[in-house]
Amino acid sequence: MSDDLLLYVIIPLVKAIVVVTIVSIMAGVLTLFERRILARLQVRKGPNRVGWEGSLQWVADTIKLAFKEDIVPQEAEKVVFYLAPLMMIMPALAVYSIIPFGPEFSFFGIKTPVYAADLNIGILFLLAITSVGVYGLILAGWGSNSKYALLGGLRSAAQMISYEVPMGFAVASIIVMGQSLSLVSIIDKQKELGIWFIFPGLIAFFLYFLSGVAETNRTPFDLPEAESELVAGFHTEYSGFRWSFFFLSEYANMITVSAVATTLFFGGWLRPFPNIAFLSFLDLVPPVFWFILKVSFFMFVYIWFRGTFPRYRFDQLMALGWKVLIPISLGNLLLVALAALWGKTGLYVLGAGLTGLFVLGLILVERAKPPRVPFKSTPKTAEVTA
Amino acid sequence: MSSDRPTTPGTVAQVTEGGPPLLGLREMELNFGPQHPSTHGVLRLVLKVDGEKIVSARPDIGYLHRGTEKLFETETYPMVIPHTDRLDYVAAATNNHAYCLVVEKMLGLAVPKKAQYIRVLLDEMQRISSHLLWLATAAIDLGAITPFFYTFREREVILDLFEEYCGARLTLNCMRIGGLPVDLTEGWLDKLQVFTEDLENKYDEYEDLLTQNRIWKKRMVGVGVFTAEQCIEWGVTGPTLRAAGLAWDIRKAIPYECYAELDFEIPTGKNADTYDRYLVRMAELRQSRRIVLQCVDWLKKNPEGEIRAKVPRVMKPPAADGYAAVEAPKGELGFYLVSNGSNKPYRLHVRPPSFINLQALPEMACGHMVSDLVALIGTIDIVLGEVDR
Repeated sequence: MSDDLLLYVIIPLVKAIVVVTIVSIMAGVLTLFERRILARLQVRKGPNRVGWEGSLQWVADTIKLAFKEDIVPQEAEKVVFYLAPLMMIMPALAVYSIIPFGPEFSFFGIKTPVYAADLNIGILFLLAITSVGVYGLILAGWGSNSKYALLGGLRSAAQMISYEVPMGFAVASIIVMGQSLSLVSIIDKQKELGIWFIFPGLIAFFLYFLSGVAETNRTPFDLPEAESELVAGFHTEYSGFRWSFFFLSEYANMITVSAVATTLFFGGWLRPFPNIAFLSFLDLVPPVFWFILKVSFFMFVYIWFRGTFPRYRFDQLMALGWKVLIPISLGNLLLVALAALWGKTGLYVLGAGLTGLFVLGLILVERAKPPRVPFKSTPKTAEVTA
Repeated sequence: MSSDRPTTPGTVAQVTEGGPPLLGLREMELNFGPQHPSTHGVLRLVLKVDGEKIVSARPDIGYLHRGTEKLFETETYPMVIPHTDRLDYVAAATNNHAYCLVVEKMLGLAVPKKAQYIRVLLDEMQRISSHLLWLATAAIDLGAITPFFYTFREREVILDLFEEYCGARLTLNCMRIGGLPVDLTEGWLDKLQVFTEDLENKYDEYEDLLTQNRIWKKRMVGVGVFTAEQCIEWGVTGPTLRAAGLAWDIRKAIPYECYAELDFEIPTGKNADTYDRYLVRMAELRQSRRIVLQCVDWLKKNPEGEIRAKVPRVMKPPAADGYAAVEAPKGELGFYLVSNGSNKPYRLHVRPPSFINLQALPEMACGHMVSDLVALIGTIDIVLGEVDR
């Protein structure tokens, strides 16, 4: 009886609390990293006053947000306005129940894995739950009764729904390779096959990550909150703690996308080359560390994107999603399915082929880069006389 | 313009009743500004949008109106100069210059050669700093946040040099009727030369980030085409006109000061779109750098010389009228002076490039999307201090 209590109540509860706490803290720390890294990219220093080198900046910001005045517009749909941030934050955090941070470990004699649950429908659950977040965006946009928020909400609805399709197809190709919906089995499968799925799933990875950036409304797809166009998009009218829910969920979603990309394409908690024996000294590093390292890399790419790219226009974004990404993702699914029919060899061949093509493409693009041509003036004789 | 009914503040932010039905939906009236992050000041646009597509746009200006032109009439001629700083407040030197030119023309003063070179030097530094600011804000409008910090790094140096020369960074008040207030300080030219010679690399840095960037091009190519004919019809000048292919630049067309002795080109575009306006401005940055280097060179060779003509203590231009214009960073900046023979202007009218270029915005914006409008405001390059006066 007491075993059941421990196994089914206490451990899950503790895990849930720990995961939610850690994710919230991670999101906070991530904002600090983002600001510092962006500052590095932009020849400035970034926050460096609170704590050592600004390390407590995010704590100060959180406290500030919690105590800020909560402004509700007079004409807002009150219930919807109150509910929208919750509808965004809850799915963003709920997803973490299935993210596999690490394998089983022993803690005071209790053996337990470093994830809250290993759902047998893991990926479906993930796609379903993250989609619920769209309601938060739309309702926030509609409920604040502001035109800019409404435009932002509509943009986000269209964008997130469109980009879920290529994302789904990209994930489907991983399901074909991993022959399971459970995230943990997918990691095990990568260990069994001896390759990360990034190699045979190279196209799928790019599709997934691009759609992921679009799903989380980050540059260059940050149209729903495009500052220079829609002021702040769907959360224009929000302030204080409610606003911080949107903020937190955005960063939590970024971590989700990175964590899922790590799990599906980069072998999750596995060390590099998991089956090569002489690299086994790498096992001294705990698996959770590998996981966090890989996730951090994707977070960095997010921030890098933000420092580099301008923003797409709405119609261009939709054209990219429907006319480019979806056809590619369908073709890719077919390709991967054919390779998977051939078993392990098929995946190896596909992986080698794609990687080769990718490297070749990189070289060709680099070669074909036009040399910098100074802008030539082409004067037309002035028809206006002095 | 496109709007047919007068709008008053307070009632515009409502869905218009009636209007042509589009798929059974109504157009939405969107109040864009004056407190919008990308209207570059206090510009207000009343937009009619169908979804995100702009059906009509009507600029509503005057939020920064200070009655400057009336104020001119209460000041003596030398006292007007600081007021001109506040027109296009990111390019104060060219404002000073245009005003001084018109008064000198009326008084028949000849500015000493050295003063001419220093004036041109200041003008071109101002053009560089104004174009850098333009690039920064235009890039931010399109979502690229990084160029902002790069250009500000360089702009800061220029402002520091201004500060060292005349004590002010923004509202320079750096010219006087008949010449300049002070001579250059020791070592100033060397600092300027070191900085300017390195500028070319900095320009390359910005262009690496933007010029061939696919998203940047996607957002700009073919957006807001405004042909040379249209530009002439609307009186649009500056980079917008030159991007349409017409090499019209006051510095070449009606040379003032020592511009005729300097070697530089007028960059022009072909397609008259936003992207060409961007390219023209980038090329102008390079040309201005050339001019600055030539001026530095001349001034180093000719360190001696007067910096101000002999001017009467009380300036009383003869009762007549006159017009003088300079090529400001944003276009033709002209001052029209009517004198009645007293020591104060009877009437001093400003022809501000921002104001006149802004008129073209509704023409350009209609049929585009809200995001393009932001890009257009960015590339027309307006300063509301000059629009409203």
